[in-house]
Amino acid sequence: MKDKKWIVLGLVVFFGLLLFPLAWNMLVKAAPAPEVVLTKKAKAAKQCVMPKEYMTSEHMQLLDLWRHSVVRNAKREYVNPEGKKFDMSLSNTCLDCHSNKEQFCDRCHNYASVRPYCWDCHIDNPKGEE
Amino acid sequence: MNKYYMSSLLAVFALAAVAYFGSMGLPWLFGILLPYAAVVVFVLGFARKVMGWARSPVPFRITTTSGQQQSLPWIQQARIDNPSSTVGVIVRMALEVLTFRSLFRNTRMKLHDGGKFSYNLEIFLWVGALAFHYAFLTTLVRHTRFFFEPTPLCIQFLENADSFFRFEIIYDFIQFGLPGIYVSGLVLFAAAVYLFLRRLFVSNVRYISLASDYFPLFLIIGIAFTGILMRYFTKVDITAIKELTMGLITLKALTFQVPEGISALFYIHLFFVSVLLVYFPFSKLMHMGGVFLSPTRNMTGNTRQVRHTNPWNPPVKVHTYEAYEDEYREKMIEAGLPVEKMPEPKVEKPTEEEKKE
Repeated sequence: MKDKKWIVLGLVVFFGLLLFPLAWNMLVKAAPAPEVVLTKKAKAAKQCVMPKEYMTSEHMQLLDLWRHSVVRNAKREYVNPEGKKFDMSLSNTCLDCHSNKEQFCDRCHNYASVRPYCWDCHIDNPKGEE
Repeated sequence: MNKYYMSSLLAVFALAAVAYFGSMGLPWLFGILLPYAAVVVFVLGFARKVMGWARSPVPFRITTTSGQQQSLPWIQQARIDNPSSTVGVIVRMALEVLTFRSLFRNTRMKLHDGGKFSYNLEIFLWVGALAFHYAFLTTLVRHTRFFFEPTPLCIQFLENADSFFRFEIIYDFIQFGLPGIYVSGLVLFAAAVYLFLRRLFVSNVRYISLASDYFPLFLIIGIAFTGILMRYFTKVDITAIKELTMGLITLKALTFQVPEGISALFYIHLFFVSVLLVYFPFSKLMHMGGVFLSPTRNMTGNTRQVRHTNPWNPPVKVHTYEAYEDEYREKMIEAGLPVEKMPEPKVEKPTEEEKKE
């Protein structure tokens, strides 16, 4: 059939688009999965506000609820399941230990193509720690 | 209750259960082997189906002539709806593929009081289909962030555009919408649910709906639902997931371990996608490739100008009258039948005996 070449061409274009990521990754070596760096202070604290598994996947939810609680209800005290009390504050609590935004926050966020708007208002490392 | 949608719904639930329990023991099967197998089946199946169509004969031009065909110069032609040129066909096909014009033409008959009869424009299928397909495309394209490192700028732009509408629902105990809301995901889910409800509640559509209509809908609803759950409700470890997907796309996954900490919900999502990919080439979903080969749309309506011969016609053995007469001329003359060409009178050569004389 004289249209066969067009059909084959269409198939080739479609599969080309579909398998483009595969070809691209063969040409360009992708960076490996990021390792987050804990500061000495974070290591010393042993545990974050919540367990590590919870924090890796749900920290944004926790931060959102914190913000709501502080801004809307003026409640600044957070008690975790172990009964430990925390000040609900990104700058004073989170960034107190995790003062290394580039090596901690940004690594995963960049890897997963997430652009959180925390830093629209907050400055990172407000205390200027190592 | 209807056996078609109940069986499809149960099948999707069964698949979810398979992935949920299977991924606990065999994460490499659901995370690595099945996705690879699914892509291979999809590509080969898709190519096989389309090449089968390419081989099929098109014996006639069966273009739908939805307007005035090319005629005398003072009669205006519907250049797109009854195209006589390739440009017209390309425009027609582009409108069909990109805007689903055939669905837009959907009408519904109505019988009014007093026996009056009317055809009304029925655009909700068209709206639902447009929303569904474009949301699906957007969702698919922005998922490529899992297959590139770093994520290309164009994908980041798409993500930003997709999460343009920021809305959050926050109470002290419920939070929704901090990883920015992707409109495409929600529209995809809503449109797929609408298309299902349409099949369920419009009686004449339900009458023609089979399990093969419900199953892909449920599967896609399942994919969208698990995706929404993962993003907004029971969060997953996205870095571990990207580690897995990058391993898959760089073909390293066969030698490496599935990263830990990926929740079962992700495996359900991935398994649904794998099943969809495998199911795709053998189902009505092949309209994705088939729409380009619609014989009523992709040909010029020029049957009065150009003779269309079916290229697959087998060579017919012909026996022309000339050949027939050549074969039977003597017998025809003997029988006294008229012939077009009289045989030349033979000049009889003298035989040996006559020569001697």
